[in-house]
Amino acid sequence: MEVETEQGETGKSVMCVLTDPEGTTLGGTMYLPQNVGPIQLQQIVNTLLKNEEKLPYAFYISNQELLVPLGNYLEKNKVSMEKTLSIVYQPQAVFRIRPVNRCSATIAGHTEAVLSVAFSPDGRQLASGSGDTTVRLWDLNTQTPMFTCTGHKNWVLCIAWSPDGKHLVSGSKSGELQCWDPQTGKPAGNPLTGHKKWITGISWEPVHLNAPCRRFVSASKDGDARIWDISLKKCVICLSGHTLAVTCVKWGGDGVIYTGSQDCTIKVWETSQGKLIRELKGHGHWVNSLALSTEYVLRTGAFDHTGKQYSSPEEMKKVALERYNKMKGNAPERLVSGSDDFTMFLWEPAVSKHHKVRMTGHQQLVNHVYFSPDGQWVASASFDKSVKLWNGTTGEFVAAFRGHVGPVYQISWSADSRLLLSGSKDSTLKVWDIRTKKLKQDLPGHADEVFAVDWSPDGEKVASGGKDRVLKLWMG
Amino acid sequence: MPQGDYIELHRKRHGYRHDFFEKKRKKEARQVHERSAKAQKALGIKGKMIAKKNYAEKALMKKTLAMHEESSTRCKVDDEVQDGAIPAYLIDRENTTRAKVLSNTIKQKRKEKAGKWEVPIPKVKGFSKFLFVASQYVLSQVRPVAEDEMFKVIRSGKRKTKQWKRMVTKCTFVGPGFTRKPPKYERFIRPSGLRFTKAHVTHPELKCTFNLDIIGVKKNPNGPMYTSLGVMTKGTIIEVNVSELGLVTPAGKVVWGKYAQVTNNPENDGCINAVLLV
Repeated sequence: MEVETEQGETGKSVMCVLTDPEGTTLGGTMYLPQNVGPIQLQQIVNTLLKNEEKLPYAFYISNQELLVPLGNYLEKNKVSMEKTLSIVYQPQAVFRIRPVNRCSATIAGHTEAVLSVAFSPDGRQLASGSGDTTVRLWDLNTQTPMFTCTGHKNWVLCIAWSPDGKHLVSGSKSGELQCWDPQTGKPAGNPLTGHKKWITGISWEPVHLNAPCRRFVSASKDGDARIWDISLKKCVICLSGHTLAVTCVKWGGDGVIYTGSQDCTIKVWETSQGKLIRELKGHGHWVNSLALSTEYVLRTGAFDHTGKQYSSPEEMKKVALERYNKMKGNAPERLVSGSDDFTMFLWEPAVSKHHKVRMTGHQQLVNHVYFSPDGQWVASASFDKSVKLWNGTTGEFVAAFRGHVGPVYQISWSADSRLLLSGSKDSTLKVWDIRTKKLKQDLPGHADEVFAVDWSPDGEKVASGGKDRVLKLWMG
Repeated sequence: MPQGDYIELHRKRHGYRHDFFEKKRKKEARQVHERSAKAQKALGIKGKMIAKKNYAEKALMKKTLAMHEESSTRCKVDDEVQDGAIPAYLIDRENTTRAKVLSNTIKQKRKEKAGKWEVPIPKVKGFSKFLFVASQYVLSQVRPVAEDEMFKVIRSGKRKTKQWKRMVTKCTFVGPGFTRKPPKYERFIRPSGLRFTKAHVTHPELKCTFNLDIIGVKKNPNGPMYTSLGVMTKGTIIEVNVSELGLVTPAGKVVWGKYAQVTNNPENDGCINAVLLV
């Protein structure tokens, strides 16, 4: 700090204040010389926060990333030097994920369209559900089929891994759910029946609330959401209240369940007795998709980029809780909902039942919304052929990624939040760079619509499946 | 004011007659008997008409009863596995579009039954090699068009003695930037009433039809002169703008121009029907 002030007295300097994304200031206002750039700022932040290991940060002035020294920035944007300059610092992932650029394998096997793909939380296993009523597990090292799980009576619409990676659950169009053992590919118990119509979404209880994983929630077209227990092998609680199909369900990190429905509402449920806590109203049409700011960390549980394995559930629970708290910070959990009325809402359900921001700009329905792993961004995929990027805390519009020529169905983030993947009806996948806000990579190869994409949590691979019945693996 | 309103007017002023509802009830009760007596006595066409009406009423009633019963019984519909699997987020949506495709297929089938649907048309007699892969279809042949059918001679000059002007009697495509030459130099007249800018193009695999812009005339089977004039007769290959179909090449680029072959006689029908060459 002393060094900085000394320089400030000699050269031209500017009054600055450093704030975190929520707006809390760090270390008061200070004079910084104009030749200070992002690297020096990073040093300052690291010393002020007393970080033992140096973390990378990105700096934003009025939502624009600072890439040049301060002086150049001031000159270019004609900012008055008499005002205090507020610089927002954003922690970045300490690891970097290579963008995928080639198709490493095209694996045939499914005899109907691939409807969902999912990597396990540790990124070592891959499962896919298809219209040929099977769930398949794939060997990622040899890129060959490993197990074919038969047992469903109709299309397998959704699959979900438990956050400890020990279970896999799939839901079918005939309304039954099946739990699988990913090590053997055998069904674990009989199908779970109860839903009267097809399953639209599955979400597991976060591992930091309950380890080992036992409970998950499923949403169905029949308007109910049900909590199931895999050790009791039955439905524990039925969450009924929606008047139309439930389209999306998420189990939040604070132990509440969020359901979005075609009756235009989002309901918040408590999980011990299944009581309705809150009803979030505002959308004018179906709610299609929900996203939580902590979703990625809930999905991956205790597993992070280092690829560490855990022996006991207690240890896993502890690490997962640590990761969750670190990710969440001291701000409440945020929820984004995408709807058929072409808009999205940003909510803070723990604070208020009214929305924080309405995010408008799409010209067609919003099919999928997804928070970046660090919670800084929200990406939305829409049928208007664009993917839009929004600020995750304020909900401000940041950028639109145009390039697809068909409706964008699904999106997926890389674990370092620097890249975004989108799969579309036009049969291509595209990788977008968040920093430059440009197309990074175009991945053609599918012969028909791409229905499902997933970026593995360890960042090595991308899997995609679609109407052309093949599963494609992409690598960097 | 129409004559019949006096009853309503009277009712408005003085209310109903004291025995109105009683009479009405009795009349309705009698009517069933009267009707049945009439139905039993009616002969010939009248009897048939009554029988038909009664039958229709009964059928309708049975149908409604069955419909109401259905809601109480559980029906098994979704049990069979259907083809064309779609993800959960599309299930509720695709119904409309798929239904549209379906109805198009039905329409097309009907057309096929009528025997009008033999496409594409490959070649004219004496018109030997054709570039496009169209031979895989069952084909009817294009009738060669004679020059005096294609063109009408326009007489000009003060005494109408000169006969060097021709008017095209078939449909033509004229580019957007076209301006006519001065009459002195204009040998071929393409009447604006026969100019077309759009064509109804059928995608043979999707089995649906789109109204697409014409980009140009690629080849008229009757000869290169007609191609350069932009004449569109049956069997002509035209280029159409398919950007709104969202077709993509294997390399991920958008296709915007594609060839299509005219399948009808546009000059007779007043529209251009074509089939996409894929």
